[in-house]
Amino acid sequence: MTIDWIAFTPGSAIIGGVLIGLAASLLALFNGRIAGISGIVSQLLHWKSAPKDHLPWRVLFLIGLVSSGWIYQLFFKLPVITTSISITTLMIAGLLVGVGTRLGSGCTSGHGVCGLGRLSTRSLIATMSFMTAGFVATYLFLHSGLI
Amino acid sequence: MKLVIAYLSGLIFGVGLIVSGMTNPKKVIGFLDLFGHWDPSLMLVIGAAIPITFIAFRWLENKQATVLNEPIHLPGKKHIDFPLIGGSVLFGVGWALAGYCPGPAIVSLGLGNGDVVYFVIAMVAGMKLVEFLTKT
Repeated sequence: MTIDWIAFTPGSAIIGGVLIGLAASLLALFNGRIAGISGIVSQLLHWKSAPKDHLPWRVLFLIGLVSSGWIYQLFFKLPVITTSISITTLMIAGLLVGVGTRLGSGCTSGHGVCGLGRLSTRSLIATMSFMTAGFVATYLFLHSGLI
Repeated sequence: MKLVIAYLSGLIFGVGLIVSGMTNPKKVIGFLDLFGHWDPSLMLVIGAAIPITFIAFRWLENKQATVLNEPIHLPGKKHIDFPLIGGSVLFGVGWALAGYCPGPAIVSLGLGNGDVVYFVIAMVAGMKLVEFLTKT
């Protein structure tokens, strides 16, 4: 392991993290809800059977997420993002993320940001599991020569 | 009021993801490349977020009600089981494969990063698949 000091951006990471923490806290304090993105998306799949008050806050939260880029670019320059991931890879990855977050009851936001803040043991185990899997998978994809 | 808060929370969350670099798959994969050339930035993202949610949840759990004096809805599951670990491992592999987790993928839809829509469609299909399989 070597640390990539050139790519390291501590300032924007901390500012971004504080905003994420504040956003999750707002939703918790006022709505009594966990800001877990995978959970919010998957609950919308029950729109037919869900109680009436289950949908609106989830839809508005997601509209907030989707509109954040547009609002951001009114004030700041959007970061340039270049990816060269194929559509096939994106779909396999999406499928794994969808299946995995439902089986595991959460993702980086629900287990990581909220669950760890609640000192939940389940979330700690989940976060350790997806982090470790992410580190090992990245090693296999980038350095092992196997894949 | 609660709906305005829900929108603002999503908006601030999304801006946080953009500022922190989490909507950039390259940045995410740089963080997951622990055994290569590691970019620790995203460690600071979660490290900065958790102390804030810690305070909020401590307050909520002491009061057992929201700021508006309404009931709280927090997950009650306590036991560690195979789906929790196995599912999280699958999620970690998918995260490493594309550099997207659910939040940044949805924010990226709004940023107009065209191809991310395929990721989101597959993700929703995966969620639906689990619900279908666990129902029967």
